Amino acid sequence: MSTPAIEIVGLTKDYPVGFWRKRMRRSLDNLTLQVEDGEVFGFLGPNGAGKTTTLKLLTGLIFPTAGTARVRGRSIDDFRMHRDIGYLPEQPYFYDYLTARELLDYYARFSNYSAVERRERVDRFLGLVGLASAANVQLRKFSKGMLQRAGIAQAILHDPPVVFLDEPMSGLDPIGRREVRDIILDLKRQGRTVFFSTHILSDAEMLCDRVAVLAGGKLQGVGAPGDFVSPEVSGMEILFEMRDGRPLPSVLTRAVSIGTRYRLEVPDAELYCTVDRLRECEARILSIAPVRPTLEDYFIRVVGQERTAVHALEGMAR
Amino acid sequence: MSRLRATGVPWAALAAIVMLFGLIAAMQARIDADARGFAVQKEELLLSSPTAIQKLSLGYDSLLADIYWTRAVQYYGSRLGPGKHNFDLLYPLLDVATTLDPKLIVAYRFGAIFLSEQVLGANRTDLAIKLVKRGIEANPDNWRLSGDLGFLYYWRMKDYSDSAAVYLDGSKKPGAPPWMKLMAARVAAMGGSIDTSRMIWSQVYESTQDPRIRKMALKELEELKAQDDEQHLDELAADYRKRFGRFPVSIEEMRKAGFLPQVPVDAEGYPYRLGADGKSRLDPRSPIVIEAPPKPPGASN
Amino acid sequence: MSAMPGIVAINTFREAVRDRVLYNLVLFALMMIGAAILVGQISLGIERLVIINLGLSAISIFGLLMAVFIGVGLVYKEMEKRTLYTLLAKPIRRSEFLVGKYGGLLLTLVVNTAFMTLGLVAALYYVGRPFVSADAWIFVAIYFIVLEFALVTAIALFFSCFSSPMLSALFTLGIYVTGVFGTDIRDFGEFTKSPVLKVATRSLYYVIPNFHNFNVIGAVAHGEAIPVSLIWQNSLYAILYVTLVLVAASAVFSRRNMK
Repeated sequence: MSTPAIEIVGLTKDYPVGFWRKRMRRSLDNLTLQVEDGEVFGFLGPNGAGKTTTLKLLTGLIFPTAGTARVRGRSIDDFRMHRDIGYLPEQPYFYDYLTARELLDYYARFSNYSAVERRERVDRFLGLVGLASAANVQLRKFSKGMLQRAGIAQAILHDPPVVFLDEPMSGLDPIGRREVRDIILDLKRQGRTVFFSTHILSDAEMLCDRVAVLAGGKLQGVGAPGDFVSPEVSGMEILFEMRDGRPLPSVLTRAVSIGTRYRLEVPDAELYCTVDRLRECEARILSIAPVRPTLEDYFIRVVGQERTAVHALEGMAR
Repeated sequence: MSRLRATGVPWAALAAIVMLFGLIAAMQARIDADARGFAVQKEELLLSSPTAIQKLSLGYDSLLADIYWTRAVQYYGSRLGPGKHNFDLLYPLLDVATTLDPKLIVAYRFGAIFLSEQVLGANRTDLAIKLVKRGIEANPDNWRLSGDLGFLYYWRMKDYSDSAAVYLDGSKKPGAPPWMKLMAARVAAMGGSIDTSRMIWSQVYESTQDPRIRKMALKELEELKAQDDEQHLDELAADYRKRFGRFPVSIEEMRKAGFLPQVPVDAEGYPYRLGADGKSRLDPRSPIVIEAPPKPPGASN
Repeated sequence: MSAMPGIVAINTFREAVRDRVLYNLVLFALMMIGAAILVGQISLGIERLVIINLGLSAISIFGLLMAVFIGVGLVYKEMEKRTLYTLLAKPIRRSEFLVGKYGGLLLTLVVNTAFMTLGLVAALYYVGRPFVSADAWIFVAIYFIVLEFALVTAIALFFSCFSSPMLSALFTLGIYVTGVFGTDIRDFGEFTKSPVLKVATRSLYYVIPNFHNFNVIGAVAHGEAIPVSLIWQNSLYAILYVTLVLVAASAVFSRRNMK
């Protein structure tokens, strides 16, 4: 078994809060996790779950209250570990007096490249993230999406084996998001480990080998996306329309209206009699498809539980 | 090592900082020692006119006045060592201090004594008088300054008429003690005399808390006592000669003859000696030195 | 020797230039021109005195203000604006980052001072005096002023690691003023009756950065020579003190959590 790319053991972070900074708020509670070499690993959770805290701990921006972590065998305390990582922070900020090219050139200097190699790399990655035309524009003029692309470029331009991305899709339009997805897949193909946090579950489902779900600072579950959904079909979903504005038959009141259309979920066994009823009132059937609980359902359930628990605790504290 | 690290206190850094402070302190001492002469030169060259300094002081006049006053005193003290008796900067420093704060009485008083002082001072009575006169102008109700000016005229200038006038003027100021009027009368009537001088120096001693001025006053009083004693001894020797036809060989001989109860000693405890010419003088080992005394009226020398 | 601080330093310098900091040179030039013209009219034999006094004092004040007002933002700005996030993920030690920021501002000050020196020399030339060998001491005075900058910058950087720019500027300027009046503070202490206060002020004197050591403007304006021993002593003093402050800053910053 080779060394895991990322090894987290009991990582915990407390923040002092309150006017006198006496009380502690635990934003990350005893996280233990392993990410294998070459995995694309998704880190999911609602806002405030501790995802960004985890990333900041792993990249050395903040220091743990307890616990350890290693990246490619090197402790996060060791600054040499940073040679092996690239990091895109949430909402990246850069020196706005630099141009995109100057920024990448600056960051590239922290790795050992010759001047020629550096220039070539900067050009290549500017092209890769679609900033070639804006290369000589000062960053102060960049839109959010452009900054995001610049951020990705600086995170990967030194070909790090492990890449940390905090909400890489945020601020991007659908085309941009597709491009980022392609980049991530490309990184995977190159054998790199990608650890990214997101709350867009469909991206996670599509890209990740494994995901972890974080809520309230605690790890709720780890596994392949498929593991979270039950293999059984829970029922069928029917989409239909009523002709000429006719009212919904009383038997079908469970249907939910979406604009002019209706959506009805029925258990497997009731499928055919429901279809019969629809035929009787001459409804137009648009589609019939199986329904399976998705990652989203799991997510909402888990987060909902966590929120209830947190509210209960807060209620008690008051 | 890691246990130290675990405490979260940066021990290595703290140790380095303490050590560096030690080196820095040593360096500062070295700079101060080597640059002493240069620094004073620096001072001299930085001193522009008092009005210029006032304009630059951005309103912090009295603070700057205090700083210059402190520097004047430090300057004076630093120049008392052997071979350093050059007090050229004393007046300019006091000038600046009193221009910035005309009510800085201590500066005028310090200047009165040490600007006029011949050996252990700048030996510039003219500047002393100039300074004190300015002080009186700015502080017309201050009798002590009048006393200082009167002292200067009497002791340094031997200008008895001016001295008497100043003492008289001073005696009218609020809070002036009775001896000022007395002094005015004595000086006007008798001019310079050892008794008057002793009175004046006693008053200088009494009227100040400044240890340097008091020390100076005590020294002068010791000298005056010596003069007085010598005068007294000279008179006794003359009497002896009248009686025995020759000057006494020593003071001890006079004592044996019953002219005085015991051999007198000066204020430092050294006995007086008698010369062949019948004139007494201080023991050469005594630290008291008589500078040019004021001529008593009618006395020849 | 790691190259990391150098990389950060060059970038810090670039930022200062692009922030148009060097425009202060225009103000300086105007001042020197005005002074040279005025003084040329008066010509009482004190041209050299006035130009050198004014020029060196201006170099000192301009540089001091620059050192303080840029210095207090050196680290604070990067933490506030989060530009530090991506940088700290690179293989650079936090202490190397600090040294780099320090070096960058110092470089800016040195370049600024170099231009001002040219301006001063030009003004001296315009006033018509032929140059004498005593003028060489002017460069020593300027060197001492740069040493002052080195120390003030370090102190501003230190505060920048944990304090807001306003407070940092106040503290830094406060320490500067204390250092200028160091001997007076010690002398005040000598006058008090309390032995505790005497010891306290004397100890304080040896601990504060004594900026008065570096001030030879008056002497140089009068064409006086500067003792050579003072040159190496001041250099050593500055090196020691700057090292101390940077070590302290590094200790504070290395364990600081970013927001």
